[in-house]
Amino acid sequence: MASATLTQFRPDKATVIAFGCSIALLLVGAIAQPSFLSIDYLVQQLQIASFLGIVATGMMLIILLGHIDLSIPWTIGIGGMMATAATGFFGAGAEWFAIPFGILCGMAVGLVNGLGVAYLRAPSMIFTLGVNAVAQGLMVYHTGGFAPPEDALPIMRELAVGRLIPGIPNPLLLWIAVGAITVFMLTRTTLGRRIYAVGNKEKAVYLSGVDAKRVVLICFIISGACAAATGILLSGWANRSYQAMGDPYLLPAIAAVVLGGANVLGGRGTYLGTVAGVILITLLQSILSVVQPQNIFAQFGITVSAEAVRQIAFGVVIVGMLLLYGRDKGMR
Amino acid sequence: MSEIAAIDQGQRRWQSMTYFISAQRGILLAIAIFVVMFGLYGWKQEVGLTANIINTAANKGALLALVAMAQTIPVLTGGLDLSVGMIFLLTNCLASVIVNGDPLMTAIGVVGVLLVGLLCGTINGVIVVYGRLQPIIVTLATSAVYFGAAVVLRPQPGGSVNFELADFMTRSFFNVPVSVMVLVAVVLVIWIPYKRSILGRAAFAIGSSEQAAYMSGVPIARAKILAYALSGLLSSIAGLMLTFLTYSGAAKVQIGNDYTLNSIAAVVIGGTSLFGGVGSVIGSIFGAFVMRTVGDLLIVFDINPVLQPLFVGVVLLLAVCIGSLRLLRIKNKVDLYR
Amino acid sequence: MNADGMTPLLRMENIFKSYGGVRALQDVQFTAERGRIHALLGENGAGKSTLIKVLSGVVKPDAGSILIDGQSMQFASPHAANNAGIACIFQELSLLPDLTVADNIAITNPPKRFGFIDTAEQYRFAERLLARVGGADIHPMAPVGDLPLSRRQIVEIAKALARNPKILILDEATSALTAADVARVFTMLKQLRDEGLAIIYISHRMHEVAELADDCTVFRNGRFVESFEARTKSDDAIVELMIGREYKNVFPERSPKPKNVAPVLRTTGLTWGNQLKGIDLEVRPGEVVGLGGLDGQGQRQLLLALFGTLVGLSGTVEVDGNRVRLSSPRQAKAAGIGMALIPEDRKNEGLMLPMSVRANLSFAAMEKFSRFGIVDKAAEDKEIDAIVKLLSIKADGVDGPVAALSGGNQQKVVIGKWLMTKPRIILLNDPTRGIDVGTKQEFYQLLARLAETGVGIVYYSTDYDELVGCCDRVLVMYDGRVSRTLEGAEITERNLVAAALNVAPGATVHTATHTLAGAQA
Repeated sequence: MASATLTQFRPDKATVIAFGCSIALLLVGAIAQPSFLSIDYLVQQLQIASFLGIVATGMMLIILLGHIDLSIPWTIGIGGMMATAATGFFGAGAEWFAIPFGILCGMAVGLVNGLGVAYLRAPSMIFTLGVNAVAQGLMVYHTGGFAPPEDALPIMRELAVGRLIPGIPNPLLLWIAVGAITVFMLTRTTLGRRIYAVGNKEKAVYLSGVDAKRVVLICFIISGACAAATGILLSGWANRSYQAMGDPYLLPAIAAVVLGGANVLGGRGTYLGTVAGVILITLLQSILSVVQPQNIFAQFGITVSAEAVRQIAFGVVIVGMLLLYGRDKGMR
Repeated sequence: MSEIAAIDQGQRRWQSMTYFISAQRGILLAIAIFVVMFGLYGWKQEVGLTANIINTAANKGALLALVAMAQTIPVLTGGLDLSVGMIFLLTNCLASVIVNGDPLMTAIGVVGVLLVGLLCGTINGVIVVYGRLQPIIVTLATSAVYFGAAVVLRPQPGGSVNFELADFMTRSFFNVPVSVMVLVAVVLVIWIPYKRSILGRAAFAIGSSEQAAYMSGVPIARAKILAYALSGLLSSIAGLMLTFLTYSGAAKVQIGNDYTLNSIAAVVIGGTSLFGGVGSVIGSIFGAFVMRTVGDLLIVFDINPVLQPLFVGVVLLLAVCIGSLRLLRIKNKVDLYR
Repeated sequence: MNADGMTPLLRMENIFKSYGGVRALQDVQFTAERGRIHALLGENGAGKSTLIKVLSGVVKPDAGSILIDGQSMQFASPHAANNAGIACIFQELSLLPDLTVADNIAITNPPKRFGFIDTAEQYRFAERLLARVGGADIHPMAPVGDLPLSRRQIVEIAKALARNPKILILDEATSALTAADVARVFTMLKQLRDEGLAIIYISHRMHEVAELADDCTVFRNGRFVESFEARTKSDDAIVELMIGREYKNVFPERSPKPKNVAPVLRTTGLTWGNQLKGIDLEVRPGEVVGLGGLDGQGQRQLLLALFGTLVGLSGTVEVDGNRVRLSSPRQAKAAGIGMALIPEDRKNEGLMLPMSVRANLSFAAMEKFSRFGIVDKAAEDKEIDAIVKLLSIKADGVDGPVAALSGGNQQKVVIGKWLMTKPRIILLNDPTRGIDVGTKQEFYQLLARLAETGVGIVYYSTDYDELVGCCDRVLVMYDGRVSRTLEGAEITERNLVAAALNVAPGATVHTATHTLAGAQA
């Protein structure tokens, strides 16, 4: 008899398919370019995947609740910009405080989202959309609409590009840590059980004498923190923060969670699945840019840009895999 | 018959009017907000509301209005279409390729663009209905495909469009911008017949309660597919209008995403419920114009226009908070929860 | 029946249907004739509703055939059943709340002009139909969601008639109507019968059946018992058929309760809107206090009020003699109060169906075996094992989804979830609805044992038999008030029924008025 802890690791159909597709992608890619199977390439991919993986962690919690967080893009922006600007606010001595400050700002955004969704009962789709616009406005006001002039702090650069443990990039290390905590939280804590329960039947949670609103609030705060952390990593990676730095992460984060088998209506999904989804999406994007299927078209005299191929493949893969997972069996 | 006679007919008519107005209150509120904001804009505008200024505002607003109308119909069924912005881009790029040449070729091009929009929407609907997948995910995925197709057509911004047609479509006649006439035409030719059709009413029924609609024998599959198909068609009209405004096509991901997200906001401001069953594309038109007027107001009040998102966000959050007032009426807290 | 040799309009033969492990219909026969009103009789869970769902295409039978005019039919959906001339009036299940009354009535085939819906004609159409069913006061342009329950039921009836059915089914369709409305609906039904419709009528009110029906069919425990012409059997004989001898509930012996113990729960003057009007209630430790009366007289609201979910409640609640103000189930559950509520709708309010039996069972009591928010699995396992054994929950391990369990076992999980919190006061909201006889017996035993350990129990049941068998005292409610308190030997089915109807025996019985309907009237 498997225990509940194991169910988090017992790969379900979606997880297996997502991992299977990742491996298939690597093998296909390796035919064109043998270096795909090198450790260096794989580690580099995992490092890139870490950025998406950390955002997707927060998004997964929100989706498990049956909500969605569209404020991700500018929460990433806030995390990056506020951390970079921290020394400007608090003086050069506050360098140690830069990263916590960025995370705190992200949590504040999550707090607003959570209050609106849980306590004002606003639809999360529209409320987080509004919060995203406000966050964007505040950042634009802060920067005057330009990329902030400050460079990322050395500590942020170190966090994004350094290797605390030889061979393992720091972002990957961070993702592993965040992932481990999340798995523990989802399987072993009362909060984890409550997250799944709210996503399944919020009414039953309330009538069981559990504060469902607080659960929603906490998850939005975590999601804000995760997005801000990604923003800080991205700033360190690029050595600066910039406008719209979070935009490319919203849709892939949702897609990764859903490809990992989570139900967008909430209540179902495993962290391992999200990991599989993140890796699949990262590999798909990377391999498409290396293999360059557009060259095949070029042989027939059709010019197709790499971006176009990437986008189309991305969309087709998501729809195709979801159809493969099987339909909603009367979940509504 | 005696039963009917027994009712005070005068009072009945009065009630009819009250119900009619109350059914339009979402639209009326959106109109009121728009009138106040646009009035403020006209008043602060030094030259006043000249035909030129109105024309520019209408052209800008009409694009979002059309995309918001496209968003409204799936939302009425309780769904969502995250691909409206990308269908808008795709048809823009397509129009910059095929809406050219002599009048006949141009006409064929316009029809082609509309058909492609319709096709994109139909694909969304078919996958949602027969794949039994959540609309938000399906349209998220297809939006990537449509954007990819747009990039195939226009790797770099450019292209051209029949100049006479474009000029005609972006001008004013007797102080009425053609873009506004297009909106009115869409309402008269598409929206009103749709609302009066079996499948149109079915869309409202599904959004109101899919279970009850099923029990009532409403054709659910056909109604949903048509809703997404019409959404694609309306997005393609917006795509055409964008081409007429810019004389070119451009596949910029940021523009597509902006239009998608702003369309959701416009729909909500226009009084359509995100849960489905209640709403109208007419409200969405005014919702869209409200969103656009925010930007114009910033200019006349001499506020840095980069702050537009901040104000748009605040307007949106206020609109949502007004909806939360219903919480005060809830007497049994169990009803708060899903 | 059908002695004249004509083909009956509707014939259902050898129908079988099971839900999970529970057999809802077993080898059922049913025949309905043109121009007759046919009453379906039986206790809760006898299979009437399932039969109706099969006939109206909502559920698919496991086996059996449906013949209309001698032609074999299979209904894939309600739409298909509609097309075959079957219209069913559920308890407002099929109304679209955001649409207008006229839109709802004409939803399947609205009047058209030039291919489009003719709203003016639709308005008149709705007005005519409404007048016919006694709803002339309802405005065709009103959104259905804004109407009170009794008016919605009238709209539902008009909507069914709009389809010009050959067979009209009413499933408890008059439960929320006022007496005047019922009279009007009856006149209309008789008229429709005379026009040649076959009408199938389900009601729990014997006097309605006596007034309306031409034929009766009795079901019991998912089986067909007997069909007979109306008014050929006495009420007693019909009740005999419905109850049957073999399914009599067996209730455990109850030990006498000490009378002079301080109450664990007491309310005075509990009032909420016009649905609760000054309720005084006292529950001593070890006592089972029943709530009786017709359905919808405020019993559910009383339980919810005690559990802290109602806003704007007045009156006082005392636990152990201390006045408390409970504004959420969390407070009601908290230490020092120890309340538990078994909700009526276990699928929506009691369980997270896709989640495991384990997660459901330990959900309300997780604080008890967790520290700093981390669940102590060993302690949890121990408690869960104990409760699974205590309630003999039959599940394939505790890690499978609770949705896979039978209705009775699901209900045991809901009860088990609350027993794990070690409650001192248990509020039960019709807990045996839709569960099998065996599980019911176990439940009665459990109730008696819990009472012996000193738990105070408030028990609302729609089954009078249970109130007689389980309760030390029964408060019969009528229109938000306690109309009568029955104690000890006074608790008999006869007294319960008389008190529920709030009239002296023999007088004209007024229908159960839902409070909303009462406000309207």
